Amino acid sequence: MSALRPGMPRIIILVFLLLMIIVAARAGIPASGLVNDSLVRLFMNGVLVLSLLPMLRVGAGINYGLPVGILAGLLGMAVTVNLGVASLPGFLLSLLLAGFFGVALGLPYARVLNLVKGREEIAGLFIGFASVYAMCFFWAVAPFQNPEMLWPIGGHGLRPTIGLTTTFGRSLNHLGQLHLGDLVLPLGGLAFFLLLCGLLHFFFYSKTGLAITAVGENPSFARINGLQVDRVRSQAIVLSTVIAALGICVYAQSYGFLELYEAPLMMAFPAASAILLGGGGGYHSGVGAAIIGTFLFQSVYVVSGPVANCLLVPELSEIVRVILTSGIILYALVFMEERGSGDEEN
Amino acid sequence: MKRINPVPLLFLALSLVGWYYSQLGPAFVANEVITRLGRDGIMVLAMIIPIAAGMGINFAVTVGAMCAQTGLLAAIIYGVRGLPGLMLAAVLALVLAVGLGWVLGHTLNRVKGREMITTIIIGFLANGLYQFIFLFGYGHWFPALNREIALSRGYGVRNMVDLEAYRNVLDRVWTLELGELRLPLFMLGMVLLACLLLAYLFKTRLGRSIEAVGMDLEKAALLGIDANRTRVTAMVLSTVVACLGQLVFLQNIGMLNVYTAHLNTDIFSAAALLAGGATIKEARVRHAVIGIILFHSLFIVSPQAGQNLFGNAALGEYFRSFVAYGTIALALILNVRHWNAKPGKKEKNNHKQTFVRKLWYNMGQDIIGRFTLPGWKSTHQQAERGRSNGGG
Repeated sequence: MSALRPGMPRIIILVFLLLMIIVAARAGIPASGLVNDSLVRLFMNGVLVLSLLPMLRVGAGINYGLPVGILAGLLGMAVTVNLGVASLPGFLLSLLLAGFFGVALGLPYARVLNLVKGREEIAGLFIGFASVYAMCFFWAVAPFQNPEMLWPIGGHGLRPTIGLTTTFGRSLNHLGQLHLGDLVLPLGGLAFFLLLCGLLHFFFYSKTGLAITAVGENPSFARINGLQVDRVRSQAIVLSTVIAALGICVYAQSYGFLELYEAPLMMAFPAASAILLGGGGGYHSGVGAAIIGTFLFQSVYVVSGPVANCLLVPELSEIVRVILTSGIILYALVFMEERGSGDEEN
Repeated sequence: MKRINPVPLLFLALSLVGWYYSQLGPAFVANEVITRLGRDGIMVLAMIIPIAAGMGINFAVTVGAMCAQTGLLAAIIYGVRGLPGLMLAAVLALVLAVGLGWVLGHTLNRVKGREMITTIIIGFLANGLYQFIFLFGYGHWFPALNREIALSRGYGVRNMVDLEAYRNVLDRVWTLELGELRLPLFMLGMVLLACLLLAYLFKTRLGRSIEAVGMDLEKAALLGIDANRTRVTAMVLSTVVACLGQLVFLQNIGMLNVYTAHLNTDIFSAAALLAGGATIKEARVRHAVIGIILFHSLFIVSPQAGQNLFGNAALGEYFRSFVAYGTIALALILNVRHWNAKPGKKEKNNHKQTFVRKLWYNMGQDIIGRFTLPGWKSTHQQAERGRSNGGG
């Protein structure tokens, strides 16, 4: 299993993480808080990382067009908030709507990506960026009515951040929480994440899932065996978009705010970084890579924040994270050779 | 048959519609466009060389921009003012740009075929390191000689640094007033000179080898051209030109946003170049000039047009960001078929190529049809279509 093979970035990150933990312990930062945070952040970001898997396996590379799926999820949540459905039913409704919009946006996205085989990463990146700004237009003029979402003055156009505390914020986080002294285990959220992981894992062994892997490994061979390559690729890309839409719902309910406008612009990079850190990146990437990668990456995020605040300057933690994120992606681009990128490699 | 790229016409139409709704005077728009032609011209030229070398759009021109800012900050820290200060800044910045361009070139030689995504990530990484150095390193790793630009806590540089000592050193020289029009002749002359130099470069031996490498790596190697070395040279040149471009830009603006001035230079320059009719595979100096005029006309009129049309200036700004990113996305989508139909690959597995062509024909026809003018179908495209029909 590729996820268990140690790679250079993972060793560096592990050493870095250990160092950080030692420093945190020395500085007297409570360990229970860090563990709690890293568990919450695991399922909070994990679904977004999972969403990269179908596209990786079909040989379309890392989905830097993640904002497309995120926008679908935001749209679903915005509609839910507008309807005023609160707590867990609200969250479930937002998941449902997000999935619906994910399919709706994923189909044209898949169609375009099928035109740019072998260049999906760069094309997806700019399609994602462009769609974020196109949706900015939408957020500013969309006819939503709930006053909690609109600018207080003027009364039209959505706010950049919408609080979810009165609707479905933290509903998954608070589901089945287990208190063990200082430790708070978010069992509901973790169960939801692991359920999705399991479903995706078994999906890859279903007929469609095997077709996806086959197309990723060798498109020509898959075609000779009677698979419609473009159709299979479309299925994988739509699946990626839908999971990304669900992922942002999980993220937003945990964060407690709906972030609109330019917020989704850079969200693809931490997710990409996490999966590369977990040993994914080629067409053999599995669920394990996503889980390990997210856990390591988010733990570094969680620990580096307070440590940077203690030792250095508060702003620096954000900069250190940018350096880490892009450093990992750059390392993978430059030093990792084995990647399936569709037609090009064969 | 001559190919007509539809993108400039689209931009022309958008600018005209925007201008109509913005109700701005023609002299105002013309003045702004001329100022921006002088301000951004050189930065856009920096994009041309890597495209010619077949590396696609170089989004790492931000690295060159950061070199320029580092040079300027160094000059300010040591308190050298006026033209000598600008010279010192330029020398420091250029040395840095040559070094970093060399590193960039060697990195990109390892990722042939995925240069663009790599340059974007390099841009992000460099941005993080740059911010780390000036937010933390100034005062920690090297002494904060100039207290004026330091934050009150004693280390780190302020967000805004006034470039009062260097402001408009260049563009006040030889200004010509023609009625309402203001022509900064020296600035325009400098951009023109840079354009001519670049056009001349492609006539030299180096320029020819860059173009040869851009067309086909293996065939260039057969001609005795060291492809890797040529690609490194192209990156060094691009970074140096970008660095000069940012210096000109900053002395024109007169303020240095230490942590944000270099962001987006890559996106907007690339979009401007593509708006002028360049593609991911082919860019000429004329594309840069036409592109800046078209792109910046749209940029100037769109907030006002958004205000007049929808009562919200922010909409115009979203629209222009959308146009910038959308132009690049469109260029990538339209150009990819040239990549997929590389001459070398055609002979190797003809069967697969026919398949790809057929897919293209079936699935892409409607989308491409919408962006294609009647005169745009090249003979190459027609020949391919004939073959794919016959072969299938």
